[in-house]
Amino acid sequence: MTFEGEALTFGQARAKTLVLDEPISFWGGVDENTGRVIDTHHPQLGASVAGIILVLRCGRGSSSSSSVLAECLRNGVGPAAIVLAEPDPILALGALVAAELYGVAMPVVVLGAAAYAACAAAGVLAVEARAVGVLAVVQVLG
Amino acid sequence: MEHGDRGEIARMPTVSLTSDERAILAGEGGVATQIAARLLVRMAELMGAPRLVPIVGAHVDGCLYHGPVSIDFAKRLVDGDGSVRVDTTLNVGAVDLLHPELNRGDPERRTAGRELMRLYSALGCRPTWTCAPYQLANRPMLGEQIAWAESNAIVFANSVLGARTERYGDFIDIAAALTGRAPYAGLHSDEGRLATLHFRLDRIPARLAASDVLFAALGHLIGRRAGRNVPVIEGITQATEDQLKALGAAAASSGSVAMFHMVGITPEAPSLAIACGHRAPTQVIPVSLTDLAQAAAELTSAGNESLGAVSVGTPHFSLAEFEQLRALLAGRRVTNGMAFYASTGRAVQEELRTRGWLDDLAAAGVTIVTDTCTYLAPIMAPIAGAVMTNSAKWAWYGPNNLGLQVIFGSLEECVESAVRGERWRDAELWRDV
Repeated sequence: MTFEGEALTFGQARAKTLVLDEPISFWGGVDENTGRVIDTHHPQLGASVAGIILVLRCGRGSSSSSSVLAECLRNGVGPAAIVLAEPDPILALGALVAAELYGVAMPVVVLGAAAYAACAAAGVLAVEARAVGVLAVVQVLG
Repeated sequence: MEHGDRGEIARMPTVSLTSDERAILAGEGGVATQIAARLLVRMAELMGAPRLVPIVGAHVDGCLYHGPVSIDFAKRLVDGDGSVRVDTTLNVGAVDLLHPELNRGDPERRTAGRELMRLYSALGCRPTWTCAPYQLANRPMLGEQIAWAESNAIVFANSVLGARTERYGDFIDIAAALTGRAPYAGLHSDEGRLATLHFRLDRIPARLAASDVLFAALGHLIGRRAGRNVPVIEGITQATEDQLKALGAAAASSGSVAMFHMVGITPEAPSLAIACGHRAPTQVIPVSLTDLAQAAAELTSAGNESLGAVSVGTPHFSLAEFEQLRALLAGRRVTNGMAFYASTGRAVQEELRTRGWLDDLAAAGVTIVTDTCTYLAPIMAPIAGAVMTNSAKWAWYGPNNLGLQVIFGSLEECVESAVRGERWRDAELWRDV
């Protein structure tokens, strides 16, 4: 199955998924040195976002989440891609800054409801966003 | 290939740029401005803005150190000859530059925090180091377009000053300052500023109506219910700027409120109908005295812990608040061994010095903190017991950030408790007379 979505940032990835049952604030919610979820109220507490394709409906809370996502990417413990159901400027900005400073191309894509649901049920995804602002392709691999 | 839900995705709008904007995007304004323009245009697209809008000022929060990215980004801008195009104030940093003896925590992190503050100053921003830039001279006026960061400052600028800003934060705040532009979307436009939720207060007892607690509790309650929407509040007949500050800071902590209207008080709400753009609000939410008492109670996390310290000035204490503090202390001093912190801007501290109040406050046992804040920087000495505050924002973030328990109360309750050395409650405050 292949779906098209909106590319908020540029990049490509192929990895296992981590599906978050609730929105997350990276600021206070993810450890920038380990990539682990540290928000004690979050259902995925303890899970790692490092190197996986993070599937979550949307981000939440503080604009400082841009900084924390960028720190994760700088430290090599950021996600390989982020798949959203709603556009999130704060997460996109963190990825854009990491691309600007460190050349890390982490795609952030937004899917429609049905495509998002299919990806949230998938174990492995391939994400390809050839350029910012154009269509992204998300493929369910398993 | 399945293309089934392409139709559900809003097509990316193209931001229309002026020739000047296209020039800086092409690098004609230097490397730093080009980086800033790239980020800003991309964000404008994400926000659905049809174009950019010139701004008259910016308030930047990126000067608070989060990690090496903070420094790398600022350095890239300084190395790229970045210089802000509009009057730009700076939010708090990670250290108190004027009272270095107060700074605690990891020395390396402190050095980095200080270095970041230097870099942002080097970009031409004013070293104001306050989360309450609306207390400074030359604040923006009704209808002026600005780009402000820091949630409490954003909500104050929109609601109380009637200046226009969206919610800006790290990276994009300085991008706006360097380009002198903001995405024309949301709260920058007339439409985005109209209220959709109507909070209607019951009659409030006079003593509570005059207190700081009412506004903090109401803000907390509104934040919980309003999320990102613009609320209009009806039923308050009088409010000081400090009370409106407390309300906005609370609503921007428990929720994502970036603007509120208060009928008869805030500049864009001469009437309920005007605040709502002559449309019916989507919801009318009655607020009773019981609701407010419950909201206030929610802000206290402490059980029976003894009082360990008091912290006020989140957002930064104003001169008027220091005046109240002095009146409440009435020549008494805080009990021995009890820490009493008041965070404020360095400009207000200067005013305290001019008035000869700094020595009085020190003698009364009040520790003045400038340039940073007790809820986000390691400033407070180790505390045995709970921290009392009149700030809903401090009460919201303090427990998580610092691993402490909080007692929320009025400024009078904070001062009396500090003087007595134990939690004191004003029995009359919530009485329905």
